Amino acid sequence: MHQIATCAVDWHAVREDFPILREQAHGHPLIYFDNAATSQKPRAVVDALRHYYEHENANVHRGLHELSSRATEAYEQARQRVAIYLGAANAKEIVFTRGTTESINLVAQAWGGKFVGAGDVILLTEMEHHSNLVPWQLLAERTGARLRFVPVLDDGTLDLEQLPSLLTNEVKIFAFTHISNSLGTINPVSELCEKAHAVGALTLVDAAQSAGHLPIDVQELGCDFLAFSGHKMCGPTGIGGLYGRAEVLDSTPPWHGGGEMIVTVTLEKSAFKKAPHRFEAGTPNIAGAIGLAAAIDYIEQIGRPAIFEHDTHLARYAAQHLAELPGMHIFGPTKQRGALVGFVMDAAHPHDLTTFADQYGLALRGGHHCNQPLMRRFGVPGTTRASFYFYNTTEEIDRMIEILRDAVRFFS
Amino acid sequence: MISELDELYQEVILDHSRRPRNFGDLPEAAVRVHGDNPACGDEIHLGVKFDAGGGLQDIKFTGHGCAISQASASLMTMKLRGKSRVEVMEMLRAFHNLVTDETSEAPKTLGDLRVMKGVRKFPQRVKCAMLAWRAVEQALEQGAGEATVSTEPA
Repeated sequence: MHQIATCAVDWHAVREDFPILREQAHGHPLIYFDNAATSQKPRAVVDALRHYYEHENANVHRGLHELSSRATEAYEQARQRVAIYLGAANAKEIVFTRGTTESINLVAQAWGGKFVGAGDVILLTEMEHHSNLVPWQLLAERTGARLRFVPVLDDGTLDLEQLPSLLTNEVKIFAFTHISNSLGTINPVSELCEKAHAVGALTLVDAAQSAGHLPIDVQELGCDFLAFSGHKMCGPTGIGGLYGRAEVLDSTPPWHGGGEMIVTVTLEKSAFKKAPHRFEAGTPNIAGAIGLAAAIDYIEQIGRPAIFEHDTHLARYAAQHLAELPGMHIFGPTKQRGALVGFVMDAAHPHDLTTFADQYGLALRGGHHCNQPLMRRFGVPGTTRASFYFYNTTEEIDRMIEILRDAVRFFS
Repeated sequence: MISELDELYQEVILDHSRRPRNFGDLPEAAVRVHGDNPACGDEIHLGVKFDAGGGLQDIKFTGHGCAISQASASLMTMKLRGKSRVEVMEMLRAFHNLVTDETSEAPKTLGDLRVMKGVRKFPQRVKCAMLAWRAVEQALEQGAGEATVSTEPA
């Protein structure tokens, strides 16, 4: 059993909080290594959803009755909880969305629609998930703006030497991922934000793979926008958020129109609420927000520094032992990586490998991981990915290595 | 060993995926179809030459992808060479049934192709098995020139 001397978390006991980890898959104990796609949910989160529906369920911000007050209070407390979790100066800087994808679309369409025009440059990187690429392509198409990309080096890190020629004063926004979902690369967010601001560009951080894994302080990072998903950090699906620095968010026009986001409406014209409610048209995902707050409480009880240390230890352990397998090619940086390892094996295509592993209860992901341009950059159609969270163990990784060793025999 | 896995990856399939038959360019092809499975990144480039009656005189492929997609293409080209249009379309229907329909008895006319039966237990892999067949269907429809076909219609 592995031990982390510096922290007192009983990682095996933590597993008891996740009933799903006792499931079997194809007659074998489940080994869930698809956490970069979505994490599992602790009982505390499921209980919070249940408690909301059994004791507080009503629509928010408009009912004058007791239940509506309870729901509104719980929903706004959840916003406060997210603000504290991300180090935001004010809860007004947190917009609830369906997740990272919707958050980025909000910025690209609402902020971008007003502030990005023909000839302007949107700077991205070659390692972006489709969710931080396609919304900008749509904006560029609509406005005549141009896209530029920071290249990725063979070791999976950004080619920062190219940055001065790419990050010019034509750049209106630099949007990049905190942690790559295929490579595990952890990008130097503060440094990138500082350089972007030096040329007058705003920044958006895609925190889908980082928000549940390491401490984040938006003021320290210095970003203007930060997008994240609840379901990758123990929360329910369909809830996530956008942090927007107050000044930037206030200057952004509404996106979706409807109830909840207006002050007065006439048949011809409407006046809109201030941020964040301006961006939350219609009945929001109230239960989701409350579940997300419960997920944050749960994560904070363990502590993000401990989670990061444990997670990245698992990834290093996995990379080290995967490398011992024949015909193995591991992608991404060797020194520091997030909680995942992407690889290709000579013996079998990622999909054959994933099908094989699944029959032994091991959930891996095979494919392009919504990173088609990045896969092309590395000359592979896809990779197999093992992605970890704090409830995974080194024993599970040992079992993965055994299964992959069997796969090599099976397919060779 | 697990039976469903063994049934999916029968020795014949692994053999065809390692050493695909009819693999290569067909210089005198009347139609070339580029088949694409964007969800997996599987690709197949199919060349078909027709005889005077419109049947498949020759058929070859290149490409890359998972064992299922490559073995399926290899087995298909072996089976379809010399077949008439009608026979090809019948076989396409029979093969689709074979890999999707839990209740279908594998018809004898499919011959070696029956080793692909195990795919029916793996619904996520049906597209892999059907990629080459979608390409040949497109080749018949097109008749000449170049075409592309995808398992994810736009």
